[in-house]
Amino acid sequence: METNTLRGAVAIVGVGDTEVGKLPGRGSVDLTIDAAARALRDAGLEKGQIDGLVTSNSMVDPHMYHAELVAETMEIQPRWCMTLAAGGATSFAAVHHAAAAIATGLCETVLISSADNLRTGLTREKASAQQSSTADPQFEAPYGAPVPVSYAFVANAHMHEFGTTREQLAQVAVTTRRHAALHPAAEKRDPIEVADVLAAKLIADPLRLLDCSLVSDGGSAVVVTSAERARDLRSAPVYLLGVGEAHTHEHVSQAPSLVTSGAVSSGAQAYAMAGLSPRDVDFAELYDCFTPVVLVELEDLGFCAKGEGGPFVEAGHTALGGSLPTNTHGGLLSHCHPGNPGSMFALTEAVVQLRGAAGERQVDGAEIGCVHAQGGVLSSHCTLLLGKEPS
Amino acid sequence: MSSRPAKPAPTPTGETRGYWEGCRAGELRIQRCARCAHVQLPPRRFCGGCLGEDLRWERASGRGVVRSWSVVRIPLSAAFVPDAPYVVGLVRLAEGPTLMAALRCNPDEASIGAEVEVEFEPRSEEIHVPCFRLR
Ligand SMILES: [Zn+2]
Repeated sequence: METNTLRGAVAIVGVGDTEVGKLPGRGSVDLTIDAAARALRDAGLEKGQIDGLVTSNSMVDPHMYHAELVAETMEIQPRWCMTLAAGGATSFAAVHHAAAAIATGLCETVLISSADNLRTGLTREKASAQQSSTADPQFEAPYGAPVPVSYAFVANAHMHEFGTTREQLAQVAVTTRRHAALHPAAEKRDPIEVADVLAAKLIADPLRLLDCSLVSDGGSAVVVTSAERARDLRSAPVYLLGVGEAHTHEHVSQAPSLVTSGAVSSGAQAYAMAGLSPRDVDFAELYDCFTPVVLVELEDLGFCAKGEGGPFVEAGHTALGGSLPTNTHGGLLSHCHPGNPGSMFALTEAVVQLRGAAGERQVDGAEIGCVHAQGGVLSSHCTLLLGKEPS
Repeated sequence: MSSRPAKPAPTPTGETRGYWEGCRAGELRIQRCARCAHVQLPPRRFCGGCLGEDLRWERASGRGVVRSWSVVRIPLSAAFVPDAPYVVGLVRLAEGPTLMAALRCNPDEASIGAEVEVEFEPRSEEIHVPCFRLR
């Protein structure tokens, strides 16, 4: 199979984020449509011009046919419609599927919208049940290990194998917070220092509260269409240059490695399709549900050598002004994290950066962006390479 | 205190019944494929190596090595609150498969590479869950 079939074939022509944080009384369908309406306005399109729809199901209030319910509520009748589930990787996998659908003529213009109300919609009991349900009922649940434990396994393994320090993990949170301070809609904007992370409440050794992402309400959407159609629309198109996925396991106990992930494969596929290398990338938006994941991704996507993620972050490379500004909107750690929709905000941020419209947090000379998300515990991976030009 | 929920006791399924019977008898069992010799846990109806169905139960050594670990400071369920802080780890058995399990040691004793041995914690008449102690 040729690896360049999707390069430059589609573009993102509209983006929209809802408010984030605590949004009492707002449900997933409501927020999904809120984000969708913003993305359509941004694209200068009417809802009737959408013929494809992708949503992600709600954790708070799951629906049997989520995407169809959104379509019904918006009063649209798409010819291509799906509810996608790949955990944190859902948003980017949706772009992959949409690009393939557009390239093969299944539809022409796809709305991808994802939202949930994890912050105000989940009672403590429901949140607990939700987290327990991600563990295998017979082989994990009996040990009472909440989700952060699985990522603490990654952190401890990385520290053991490569000498990564607690301070280096903390620096991920500190740099990300600095970026969030420049984003007017980010939830957490007060600056923090490494000492604050090290003094925060211990959650699952060695991870502390500030190593863990937020729990939020909110949603985010993009409109994807053919490169040809994109040229006639209002905003400057942001082209999909490369994409790759890898799905290596579900449960953390079955992970082939705790320090190297499927991002190696998804990244290699995306670079090959785009004809680009990590050196060509001007900024990155990487899934940061917990701080150690960012180190694994920086390494696996080729931005530094294996095991060098800690020193790379500590040296300032991932900060604005560094060689690879990362999570320029504040990521899941400081911008917001409404569950599966979380990575969508990284995608809309990448588009805003490539339009040169990110204001105070604009990356100078942003031409190529890499966005990567993972779901489960290093389980499902999707890498997108985006650019201002179609090739 | 009497209203505190009990820690979960798994409900065996067709695939896992032999495993839990082993635990109750004080032995950790693995599945070995009679066709390709693949060894696996968690138990399945099919071999993960060749998708064959001729899987045999085998008593494992019960020994393994800690791949990683953490300490639960804030339990999800009230049933675990009296135990906190407690250590949970990923143990690679000598035979190959990895299990998540409680590590019966103090938080400052846990380490990657530590050698461990299985023991069992009764949760009900039928269900005894495997845990590991340092060797
Ligand atoms: Zn076999």
